[in-house]
Amino acid sequence: MSAPAIAVEGLRKSFPAAKKGDAPKLVLDDLDLEVEPGTVHALLGPNGAGKTTAVHILTTYLRPDAGRVLVATHDVVTDPERVRAAIGVTGQFSAVDWLLTGRENLRLMADLNHLGKAEGRRVAAGLLERFDLVEAADKPASTYSGGMKRRLDLAMTLVARPRVVFLDEPTTGLDPRSRRTMWEFVRELVAGGTTILLTTQYLDEADELADRVSVLDGGRIVADGTAAELKRRIPGGRIDVEFADRGELDVAARILRVPAPDGLTLRLPHDGGVRSLRAVLDALDDAAVDVTALTVKASDLDDVFFALTGHAAETTEATGATETAGTSQTAQTADKEAAR
Amino acid sequence: MTSYAFTDTMTMARRDFKHTARYPMLLVSTVVAPGFLLVMFVTIFGGAMKGVLAGSGSTHYVDYITPSILIQTVAFSAQTTAITVNTDMTEGVIARFRTMAISRPSVLTGTVLGSMLRTVIAIAMLFGVAVGLGYRPHGSLSGWLAALGITGLLMVAFMWLAVGFGLNAKTVAGASSSVVLLEFLPFISGAFVPTGSMPAAVRWVAANQPFNPIIGAVRGLLAGGHVGNQGWVALAWSAGFAALGYVWARRLYDREPGR
Repeated sequence: MSAPAIAVEGLRKSFPAAKKGDAPKLVLDDLDLEVEPGTVHALLGPNGAGKTTAVHILTTYLRPDAGRVLVATHDVVTDPERVRAAIGVTGQFSAVDWLLTGRENLRLMADLNHLGKAEGRRVAAGLLERFDLVEAADKPASTYSGGMKRRLDLAMTLVARPRVVFLDEPTTGLDPRSRRTMWEFVRELVAGGTTILLTTQYLDEADELADRVSVLDGGRIVADGTAAELKRRIPGGRIDVEFADRGELDVAARILRVPAPDGLTLRLPHDGGVRSLRAVLDALDDAAVDVTALTVKASDLDDVFFALTGHAAETTEATGATETAGTSQTAQTADKEAAR
Repeated sequence: MTSYAFTDTMTMARRDFKHTARYPMLLVSTVVAPGFLLVMFVTIFGGAMKGVLAGSGSTHYVDYITPSILIQTVAFSAQTTAITVNTDMTEGVIARFRTMAISRPSVLTGTVLGSMLRTVIAIAMLFGVAVGLGYRPHGSLSGWLAALGITGLLMVAFMWLAVGFGLNAKTVAGASSSVVLLEFLPFISGAFVPTGSMPAAVRWVAANQPFNPIIGAVRGLLAGGHVGNQGWVALAWSAGFAALGYVWARRLYDREPGR
């Protein structure tokens, strides 16, 4: 087996506290990661999980506090120049030069990669074609749509023919069609032998693209495996049943053998199958319970998170240090339980 | 990678200058304020200043004010540089460069070179306006070269300071306003009127702040007068600012970026 394209061991990183006197905020807590060459690996997690920080360290933008990080077999701390020569990075926000045209942006990258004039022109033209930017090639990037900017950004990343490509939330904020297009490019890229590490908050994106998925929460990897493996650990979805009053809900909870929650909505785990749905309906019907509304929901990232970590996904970046510490503790416990 | 330092710097300088060529507004915004000051001051105060300037080299106000405006233009140009550097920071362009295998200082040095070229054009345009208004410098060739040398060094200094301001500011507005001091400091000096008539405290500031010897030296050298050791004082200030700006900007760039 060839050496991994990315090998991370015991990576830790904390940022100085926002307020003086507070403890530093621990963002990555003992992260391990291994990515095989020529595969797509997804880091799946909510905002604030540490995805972007991990990408920043792997791409030499930030330095790790502790741990060993090898990218394309080079150490990011002792040999950052070799790492930079082997990688391409497309960040969360399109880092294109707005004042230059698409073609000029690509030529700039070609010049900075010392491709030479003729080769630079050829590569730029090829990428414009491949990323469907020929028509807009000589217009300033500031006139591009969101999807076009992302495409240009990715094209700029590929000028250097990188062996390892990092895509930080490549489709966040894109419309569904642009999203599909982006997925196609990722597939083409990996078919050509490139290794890809992508971060995403979307389960379906990880499912579509990734050979392996690592679920990141509170700076730790709480689960990893193939998408299929993870899905087996995640409930298929849930059924929400609403009742007119507590009495009806209590009866239903008793016959369905689930604890009665507060409020008037009963949440039932559901594998997505018709048979289990019918079983629930039959049971409610037999007991003559009055149901005001019934919804079947597919699992989303919140459910995945709840299942894997035992707590709801955090949605803000700005969580205090103590909160994060508490979170990773919960995650750890949940992971141990899951492993049992 | 160091062998590419020169190539990369030139690539970056070309990028910066391409911005100016593509968006003449970058040049216009540099030229419009000093140009306005020049035309307005000469036409409005020109007559009144005749008496004030009696006894000095020339009683034509345009001869007095033009060197001041040219030096002030360097400061106005620095504002554009601070804005473009900060935009590169906030738009993630610099973050992108940081993860590429390019000579690290080339990003900044290239920007400084491109900005200097823009400043030279701005100064040439204002010089043209001044000549149109009747500016007739009679300095010797060596005087001219010395004036150009001081101006050039000041340009290096202010462009590096501007890069520092651009890297240091959190927002474009912050970057822009941090340069305002450089733009307005010339007003409290002998740049527009001789310091003699100012109140004592203001006169002390005006006489001892860096713009005073710099503008005084450039004015004297262009006019062909005697500048004494003012020229050396001007050089020392410019060299000091250049060193300070360079070290500061490099340190800001080399420190680990925030998240």
